[in-house]
Amino acid sequence: MIRRISEFFVGLLFGLGLLISGMTDPGKVIGFLDVTESWDPSLAFVMGGAVLLSFFAFRISRNWTASLMGRAIILSDLKMIDLKLILGSALFGIGWGLSGFCPGPAIVSLATGETKTLIFVMAMIAGMGLEKTYQRFHPV
Amino acid sequence: MTIDWSQFSPLSAFSGGLLIGLAAAAFILLHGRIMGVSSILGGLIGSAKGDRGWRLSFLAGLIAAPILAKLVGFMPSVRIDQSLLGLVFAGLLVGFGTSLGNGCTSGHGVCGIARLSPRSIIATLTFMAFGMLTVWLMHRIQVAA
Repeated sequence: MIRRISEFFVGLLFGLGLLISGMTDPGKVIGFLDVTESWDPSLAFVMGGAVLLSFFAFRISRNWTASLMGRAIILSDLKMIDLKLILGSALFGIGWGLSGFCPGPAIVSLATGETKTLIFVMAMIAGMGLEKTYQRFHPV
Repeated sequence: MTIDWSQFSPLSAFSGGLLIGLAAAAFILLHGRIMGVSSILGGLIGSAKGDRGWRLSFLAGLIAAPILAKLVGFMPSVRIDQSLLGLVFAGLLVGFGTSLGNGCTSGHGVCGIARLSPRSIIATLTFMAFGMLTVWLMHRIQVAA
């Protein structure tokens, strides 16, 4: 139970960070991606702040055998840079540029009550389901 | 290129970023997991029963964030200009793409870069480049139309 509460608060902290940073405003995200016209570079500072703190956390935990709450540390051990990675990231980038939404901010925006965010999140989950179904029949 | 100073907000962006970094740090240090939203959400599809709890708790925290923000009187702006059909198409691409590429802005862009993972660095450069290209192309189409 204490774990579930802790995970909830991590999610809450992340969500507040997204809200404060401006990442949950699709208009601002598109302004950040709009490098050739009128560019708003603010969101580069979000990544700066986020990477800065998490860098040390990953450093500290590098040789740990378990987390502070006694759980296994599960990191991706994938190493290859393949077509799946590039194609997937490219498709994500196109969707991100079209909408101004990436997965985290889209979920945070659900509670704002906008129908448009709900539609986006449902389409996103459908897209994930499609990809997983595709992988099952065409394993790479 | 011109910089849109009227929208420039480095201080709130950086402080929000620090909170995001703090959350990512807490997630790995306390729970031993990468804070990547697309993987946490996508993992719910077809997951084993014992693997759902931590995902749902984290996602519930995300959903609760704007409710808490509203309670303390903080309502950030949300500008969505796209049509419903455009959002459905974009949502499908974001879902399919992050699932195929194993990560999004949080998993690859924050945690992966913080781990100095070459895979995540390539993924982040790719989705940023394609995001910028898409916005550029949309401008051209809007000007032409």
